[in-house]
Amino acid sequence: MTAIVTDVAQRATAGRIFLALLRRDINVARRELPYFLLRTTLQPLLFIVVFGLLLPRMGYVGSAYKAALLPGVLAVSLAFSSVQSVALPMVADFGWTREIEDRLLAPISIELIALEKIVAGVLQGLIAALFVLPIARLIMGPIDGLTATHFALVLFIVLLGATAFSVLGLLMGSLVSPQQIGLMFSVIVAPMIFFGCAYYPWQNLSVFPFMKYAVLINPLVYVAEGMRGVLTPGMPHMDLRAVSAALIIIIAIFWTLGMRSFSKRAMG
Amino acid sequence: MIQLKGLTKRYGTFTAVDAINLEVPHGQLFGFLGPNGAGKTTTIGICTTRVLPTSGTAIIEGADVRTQSTLVRQRIGVVPQRPNPDSSLNVRENLVFHAAYFGIARSIANSRARALLEKLGIAERSEAKVMQLSGGQQQRLMIARALIHEPRVIFLDEPTVGLDPQARLDLWTILRDLHSQGRTIVMTTHHMEEADKLCDRLAIVDQGKLLAIDTPEALKARAPGGTMIELVLDGSGEVLMRDIRAVPGVSSAEAKSEHGSNSVRVYSDRGGEVIAALVTIATAHARAIRDIHLAPPSLETLFISLTGRQLT
Ligand SMILES: Nc1ncnc2c1ncn2[C@@H]1O[C@H](COP(=O)(O)OP(=O)(O)OP(=O)(O)O)[C@@H](O)[C@H]1O
Ligand SMILES: [Mg+2]
Repeated sequence: MTAIVTDVAQRATAGRIFLALLRRDINVARRELPYFLLRTTLQPLLFIVVFGLLLPRMGYVGSAYKAALLPGVLAVSLAFSSVQSVALPMVADFGWTREIEDRLLAPISIELIALEKIVAGVLQGLIAALFVLPIARLIMGPIDGLTATHFALVLFIVLLGATAFSVLGLLMGSLVSPQQIGLMFSVIVAPMIFFGCAYYPWQNLSVFPFMKYAVLINPLVYVAEGMRGVLTPGMPHMDLRAVSAALIIIIAIFWTLGMRSFSKRAMG
Repeated sequence: MIQLKGLTKRYGTFTAVDAINLEVPHGQLFGFLGPNGAGKTTTIGICTTRVLPTSGTAIIEGADVRTQSTLVRQRIGVVPQRPNPDSSLNVRENLVFHAAYFGIARSIANSRARALLEKLGIAERSEAKVMQLSGGQQQRLMIARALIHEPRVIFLDEPTVGLDPQARLDLWTILRDLHSQGRTIVMTTHHMEEADKLCDRLAIVDQGKLLAIDTPEALKARAPGGTMIELVLDGSGEVLMRDIRAVPGVSSAEAKSEHGSNSVRVYSDRGGEVIAALVTIATAHARAIRDIHLAPPSLETLFISLTGRQLT
């Protein structure tokens, strides 16, 4: 009887502790918000200026391209702010500061500590995407076929995409050493962006059949295609069921691997 | 209550903690005394659920560190050997957030944080960034952080390293206070006087092994024959040994040569009286004496005889 009572009391506090951990990350993120936005959204916004404003005006690309570009750029902002906000502090924590130690001493399971990092990463991804959307729309002007009528669907895809990349952040952050972090971003992240179907719909890769199937290992493809499916459904895009299934599988794989390496690094 | 049974930690083939058995009853102030690399931090790491043991068990307040780590963490406070404050938060927030990680309401956490910062003498730094604190101030913050959730068992890994003499005495007072409240305290130290004055019971460890465990008084009583006299020489002491052992009052003697430094270690039943004879013997064998170190029977002489090493 007593055992059951303590068990219930403990579960109640696990929720509270989780929220306290989240409050800490939100607090810190709020203070660093301007730098965070600059770091994660400047590059996609510059892309919007060149490919969504300059080139269409110069007549090098048709204005229909804007409808393919916008969801892709949102996907990039979402994905890379999620992955960075989880991975960068973790690399420092495990690399030399060991600052995460005070949270690893919290009376809560290590899975929940990792999960909290994921939730914080998803929130930051959402904020980056919400920041980019109106600015991009402002820079590019009217975009044919842009719709937000399927709001629940948009939210669903956005959450799945941000989760996939936050979990990737967990894996990278616990795997990569501080010396390798720069290398990781130029060798893994940059190709991921350019071969992530962010700047062109996947279907159009039919002109390079090998590449069309090779890029399927890139998680960004599904986020970009999913965003196209819900924001500019008139553009060619993958079936949303395929997108969701792929993202869920990716989340499961990265979570399993990420949790394994996070536990390993967390335990001395 | 802390129970370690056959506790072992291996890193590859290297054994950092070697089959340690010990029990710390509830409310005791317990000390680990050992040279660098003895395995003190590793042992504390296992007890605080931060390092997985290779084999053996560690039970803290009835909870197994391996299978009930959450329960263990609920009951302990930890001061790490190297300060690791959360540098994204200021001093006060470090405490208030840490309390929140233990489910403590903000109003309670705030008043406890104020009291602790006051007690540890860093109240005027409470809104400072932690990176603006000196090393000793960071160490004090770590102590405050370990106490904010009022744990039943407190682990402190070399808590007085880096503290000035006054802060060290202040910490001793704090530890005695916590002790009188009935909390169990486990600390490591290199500081003989600290171990002697503060701890109810001491474990002497070296190379992962538990060499002795008892009250400081009992350990001192076990120190080998009387006063230890160490002569540092300019050459090997081997040639002196026969003559030295024949000096009345010398209970035992050994010659040592380490890292190009030669010395003779003599235990005397007649205190420093034998020094004159030792000097004569050294001179007779054309050995110059570089330094003399004299220590009455103490934890230090016991420690040296057990580990063959000086601690400080
Ligand atoms: N992660 C690790 N990997 C390999 N060896 C380790 C690791 N951690 C500790 N060791 C080794 O285990 C031994 C015990 O280390 P530990 O930190 O427990 O010693 P200590 O008694 O706390 O020493 P000090 O007084 O210097 O703090 C050392 O020889 C150390 O090199
Ligand atoms: Mg240590």
